[in-house]
Amino acid sequence: MMKKKKGIHALYAEDPIEADRRLWGRVSHAESRRGFLKRSAIATMGMALGGNIVFAHHMPAGLIPASLAHSIQPFEIPGKDPGLVVLNDRPLNVETPAHLLDEPITPADKLFIRNNGLPPASLNVDQWTLSIDGESVQKPKTYTLAELKSRFKSYTYQLTLECGGNGRSEFNPPAQGNQWTVGAVGCPAWTGVRLKDVLQDAGIRPDAVYIGYYGKDVHLSGDPEKVVISRGVPMAKALEEESLIAWAINGEDLPLMNGYPLRLVFGGWPASTSGKWLYKISIRNKVHDGPKMEGDSYRVPCEPVAPGTQVPDENMCIIESMPVKSLITYPRSGARLSQGKKLDIRGHAWAGDLAVKDMHYSIDFGITWQPCTLEKPANRLAWQQWKAQLTFPRKGYYEVWAKATDSEGKAQPMIVPGWNPKGYLNNACHRIAVMVV
Amino acid sequence: MFVKNCIHFITTVCLTLSACHSQHDTQESKEDSIQTTVSASDSIDQATGLVIDEALPIVKGNCTACHSAQLITQNRATREGWKSMIVWMQQTQNLWDLGNNEDIILDYLAKHYAPEQVGRRKNLEDIEWYDLH
Ligand code: HEC
Repeated sequence: MMKKKKGIHALYAEDPIEADRRLWGRVSHAESRRGFLKRSAIATMGMALGGNIVFAHHMPAGLIPASLAHSIQPFEIPGKDPGLVVLNDRPLNVETPAHLLDEPITPADKLFIRNNGLPPASLNVDQWTLSIDGESVQKPKTYTLAELKSRFKSYTYQLTLECGGNGRSEFNPPAQGNQWTVGAVGCPAWTGVRLKDVLQDAGIRPDAVYIGYYGKDVHLSGDPEKVVISRGVPMAKALEEESLIAWAINGEDLPLMNGYPLRLVFGGWPASTSGKWLYKISIRNKVHDGPKMEGDSYRVPCEPVAPGTQVPDENMCIIESMPVKSLITYPRSGARLSQGKKLDIRGHAWAGDLAVKDMHYSIDFGITWQPCTLEKPANRLAWQQWKAQLTFPRKGYYEVWAKATDSEGKAQPMIVPGWNPKGYLNNACHRIAVMVV
Repeated sequence: MFVKNCIHFITTVCLTLSACHSQHDTQESKEDSIQTTVSASDSIDQATGLVIDEALPIVKGNCTACHSAQLITQNRATREGWKSMIVWMQQTQNLWDLGNNEDIILDYLAKHYAPEQVGRRKNLEDIEWYDLH
């Protein structure tokens, strides 16, 4: 529904300064900043808006209202495929249509972006450091990027990263936030050092419970003191072999929007645990309590609730492993083909901390299911490729549905699963439309 | 009924005008279609994608300072739902006290961005048909 028009074109090419401002925050260098602040003097802003800005004095300096957020003018994001769909341009939230996720290893330019704030305004990679601290660290330590790379063995794993809110757009009553459809997921090959090697180098006290990350992104209000998002994982997940402090995707530096120069990657868990622009990890002696660990953020009702229920904080539980899910990445939805023609379909399937055991498709709205060929994952926590060849009995409108089953026998539902206040964990089967003519 | 969001609106108008084709391959045709669309009806503010009415300047002035209006146009909620988002932003995201404007903003949001009654799963929508060889 949102795809085509929010799809992207050439604002960046036309007006890079404007696009820069919107993409990177508005301060790029001293001159443009001055020019900018002059134009955005409050009176002028009010005029441009055709009304007074109420409580303008509460507005943090450097903030501008809307006339500047030309949000229906699309633009390109440097380093990203123009076919990606922008759900929000400030902060940048961008998803990948299913058919662009066809490759087994997701290219960096096709990996979704979920920014909670603005990326760091300036980056000095030579001076970038990672500190380990917290109540449960034995010896707080700080490493430069070069030290991380030289002192620890590096590993490469293909790890599935999916936003906890992927699929949110289908919940009813609607759940607030970016209305992701299916494309806030990808599975590139990540290179970095094992988080556990670094944590153990600093030393983990026996009372350690959780790790919490801190990144250099900037709060949307412009308040430099305000932490945008600081989440994490329990020690058991932190100490897994595949839990990485990563600097590369598919052998190249991380794209800026995906956390350059350093980030965490926890395959199979909500991507919000995989902190970007990483500069500090705290080893905590309790469940980490940074922003977006609490309230409705990345939490779901501990017990299932009726749609629309208000759930008190104490009945909300933190999301850990993501549920089993799959995508049809070929063909693109909307294929028209002649009767009698065979259709090859394919895609990926993944299951949080688990593996996918079975894959099925249906062309009759779930009445009958046929098995697909399913590959083994490249490594633990990587998505798996599946394919099938099918024929259609007669002309008409079909939907191809795909359903994965995890190693514990849990399968994807056909309708949207348990409603929750923020619309997480929708793993309903993916559907594409096919017309046989 | 008011448009679901600007994008849906554009698509709909596009189709009814039949001025644009299902494939918008070039930048020109996209821009044209947006132009045509907005002049076909004045109800969408071109700069933000928000529905135009008297409260728009106040909404723009208070609700697009930190993030773009796309966060609003993507979302649907009752008045209470919008109120709770505002309270959440005030408690956790530095949103200021909206004073007397809060009611104006809430009325606007509840009117133009109200939830629709939809079932547990919708039909596949806006399918772009193409020939697969
Ligand atoms: C002081 C900064 C600021 C202002 C002003 C502001 N917001 Fe927000 N708003 C935020 C932040 C930060 C988020 C979280 C963004 C994210 O996670 O991508 C947010 C998120 C939202 C969301 C998504 C809610 C969710 O649960 O994720 C909506 C809808 C929204 N804002 C609407 C509004 C409206 C309406 C107004 C005007 C009353 C407004 N905002 C003004 C900072 C602000």
